[in-house]
Amino acid sequence: MQQLHSKARQLLESGAVKVVIGYARGSDPQRARPCFVRRPDQADQLIWDDRCQQNLATYLLKPEVKSLGKPAVVVGLPGLRTILQYAAENQLADQAVLALTVSDHDQVAELTTFDAIEKYLATRPSGLIPEQAEELARLARLPPEQRWAFWSAELARCVKCYACRAACPLCYCARCIVEVNQPQWIPVASDPLGNLEWNIVRAMHLAGRCVDCGSCAQACPENIRIDLLNRVLAQEVEAQFGARPGLSVRKDYALATFRPDDKEDFIR
Amino acid sequence: MTESAILQKRSLAELFSRLIAAGHRLLAPVRRDQQVGFEPVSSPQEVATDWVQTTRPAKSVVFPRYEEILRYRFAGKDVEVEEPRPSAPSTVLFGVRPCDAASFAVLKAVFTWDSPDVYFEPKLAATTIIGLSCTKADPYCFCTSVGGGPGDTRGSDILLTPLDDERYLAEILTERGRMIAELAPGLFTPADAVSKERVLAQVPARFNGQDLAARLGRLFDRTEIWLEQSLRCLGCGACAFVCPTCSCFDIQDERDRQGGLRLRCWDSCGFSLFTLHASGHNPRSVQSERWRQRVMHKFSYQPERLGLLGCVGCGRCSRACPVDMNLAEHVQSLAEISG
Repeated sequence: MQQLHSKARQLLESGAVKVVIGYARGSDPQRARPCFVRRPDQADQLIWDDRCQQNLATYLLKPEVKSLGKPAVVVGLPGLRTILQYAAENQLADQAVLALTVSDHDQVAELTTFDAIEKYLATRPSGLIPEQAEELARLARLPPEQRWAFWSAELARCVKCYACRAACPLCYCARCIVEVNQPQWIPVASDPLGNLEWNIVRAMHLAGRCVDCGSCAQACPENIRIDLLNRVLAQEVEAQFGARPGLSVRKDYALATFRPDDKEDFIR
Repeated sequence: MTESAILQKRSLAELFSRLIAAGHRLLAPVRRDQQVGFEPVSSPQEVATDWVQTTRPAKSVVFPRYEEILRYRFAGKDVEVEEPRPSAPSTVLFGVRPCDAASFAVLKAVFTWDSPDVYFEPKLAATTIIGLSCTKADPYCFCTSVGGGPGDTRGSDILLTPLDDERYLAEILTERGRMIAELAPGLFTPADAVSKERVLAQVPARFNGQDLAARLGRLFDRTEIWLEQSLRCLGCGACAFVCPTCSCFDIQDERDRQGGLRLRCWDSCGFSLFTLHASGHNPRSVQSERWRQRVMHKFSYQPERLGLLGCVGCGRCSRACPVDMNLAEHVQSLAEISG
C-alpha cells in the first residue's frame, strides 16, 4: 500500500496526472468505494485489497471525470483489458491515461502506454478461473426447461434500474437502445418480456467486447447473475472466432468485423 | 385510539388464516437466496426471520414498477381508447418496518397533491399495514435522523414489537387496525404496562433532518460540494428503484400497427434523460446536478411543499449503490457545512 501511496503522491506532485482514480475505505468494513485523489496529501486514502473489485476504468469516459484532467487509474487485470478495449474502439488515445496496477507483492507497476499494457497482460493469466468455467458448464448441462426456469427466475427480479449498464465499462453509448422510442425496440415495462429483451440485447451487444470484470453483476441491486450471460457469449465468440477482447489494441472485434475470406457464405 | 395488546407468536398462524378467510391478500417478507421481499404468504413458516431490511420496499403494492393506464386500438380513422379499471385488491402487509410504514405518507402526499391519482388512491385505500418494530439495525439505517425510529408507530395500522421469543406487543393504532384485530378477538389479550423500548434497536441520530430544508437552499450554488460528493456516482437508478418514497415515473407507449398500451413506469432523477427537453436542452446536464436534485428534492423541496421529509432513513439506497454513495453520510456533511 505504501508504494501505491508514494506513487500517487509523486504523480500528483510532479503534475504528471491531475487525478488518481482509486479505491478508498467504504461505508462498512466489507466495502471499498471509488475515490478521486486530486491533492498529494490525499494519497494516503488509497487502499488495494480484495474489496477492490469494481472496475474503475469505467470512469475514464465519464464527462465530469474527464474534465478533471489527465488521470491515473488503479486497476486490476480487467481494468487493464478495459483500457485496451477502449483503445481498440477508439475511445481513448494512447498515453491519455496512466494505469497503476498492484502486484501480489505490493509492487506498483506504472503502465503509461497501450503497448506497455499489452506486454504486461501477455505475462498474466487470462480466461476463466476453474470455478467460473465449472459454473458455466453446470448451467450448460441443465436440460433446457430447467435452464429456462433458472433464467426466468433471475430476470423476473430485474427492475430495469440499469445499474448493470452504468457499471459496465463497455456500455458507454451516449444513447442506449432502451432510450430510443421511435421505434420502440425494447419493451419499456420491466415485465418478463421486457426484462428478457433488455438483458439479451445487452449481452449480445457485449459479445466479443466484454472484458469479464463482473462489475455488472456486482452492481445489480437484485443480485441477478447477468455476468453469466456475458461469459457464455465470450466463450462462444472465442470458440468461433478465436477472439478474446481486451488483450490487444487491434480493431477487430468479432461482431463488427468483416473479412472477405469468411467461412460462412451467407455473409459474402 | 391506541390500544395495547399481547399477541402470542404462535397465534400468527391463526391470525393469517383469519385474514385470508376474510378475503385479504396477505403479503410478508420472504427470503429467496440473498433477497428478502414482500410476497403472498399463507402461513408464518413462509415468512423470513432475522432480516434488517427487505431488498425492495413494499411500495409496489400501491405504486407498481409499471402499470397500464390505457390501451388503444386503431379502427379505420378512429382510435378506440379503453381505460382499464385499476386493480386494488384488499391487501394486508405484514412485517413492514417502521421506516417503510412512514413512507406511505410521503407517497400519499405526492399522489394526492392536487388532483387525486386514480391508480394510486384505491390501492392505498385497500392496504392495511401490520408493522414490525426493529430489534436490529445496521450501519445504513438512519430513521432517527429523519424523524422516525425503530419503534415508530406512524403509518402502521397495527405495530408489533417482539418482546421475547413468545410474545408481540401489539399496538392497535387505527380504525383499520382495530378491524383486523376484531377478526381474531381472542388472540389479542390486554397488555399490562409493557415497555417496548428495551427491545428496540439503537439507531443514533446523525443529523436533524427536520431543520435542514431551509439551510440546504444556501448550498444550491456550491457546485464544488455536489461534484465532490457525486464524482463516483454512475448515474444508474438503483437508489431510486429501491427507495420507498421515490415516486417519479415516466409515461411510455408501446404500440404496433393495431394499437398500443400506455404505461407508467418507475423513473429516476439519476438518469441523464430524466430532464432532457424535446428541444435538446437538458437543465441537469451533468451527474452532480442530478445528485443535487436527489438530495434537495427529499430534504428541501418536499418538506417545503408537502410539509414532510422525502426520506424515511431506511438506508436501502446506500446498501444498493454499486459505488457506495452513502446518503446519510453525505447529508450529514451537508448539514455540517450549512450549519
